[in-house]
Amino acid sequence: MIAVAMVLVGLGSACFLLRAVLGPSLADRVVAVDGFIVTIVSLIVLNAARTETDWFLGVALVVSFVGFVGTLAGARFVERRGG
Amino acid sequence: MDVVVGILAIVGGALVLLAGVGVLRFEDLYSRMHAATKAPTLGALLIGLAGVIALDSGRPKLALAVVIIFVTAPVASHMVGRAAYRAEGIDVRLEAGDALADLVDGGDADPGGPP
Repeated sequence: MIAVAMVLVGLGSACFLLRAVLGPSLADRVVAVDGFIVTIVSLIVLNAARTETDWFLGVALVVSFVGFVGTLAGARFVERRGG
Repeated sequence: MDVVVGILAIVGGALVLLAGVGVLRFEDLYSRMHAATKAPTLGALLIGLAGVIALDSGRPKLALAVVIIFVTAPVASHMVGRAAYRAEGIDVRLEAGDALADLVDGGDADPGGPP
């Protein structure tokens, strides 16, 4: 059942990535990449639950931090440079 | 316990997929932010809950990662929304009226309740 959830999250991840490629304005891309990083963390957690190993969870921690900081930097950039 | 973990994981995955479809199909930036902020946060929370139940070790790290997403998603969304309001050239639709315009441009406009 966790594999089914991983497929669902992977499809959602593809949607976010497609919006990040298409997105007409820079702010759309920032929003899409923020959601994409949430899906990456979800996939790491699901894979850890599926294989019942915990050594990969530090990556989820770091990726969530980096995603937050990257979104803030993108927002500042949009604010200065424009869409 | 496997059934509980599976149900939580599938509901969380479905929420993330719905958010992806919303981000792909909605029309303007604020609608996309509406889809991209709330549903993946709840989905990540449910998936983290499933992981906490399923795993025997490493629970603090997992819980901290999910709590970071849960706390920082509103802050990031607020920053992006404010930047998109202030930046020029972004196509946003404000059919219901722009309540922020008086406060931003006027300075001493009446900040009271809705008219």
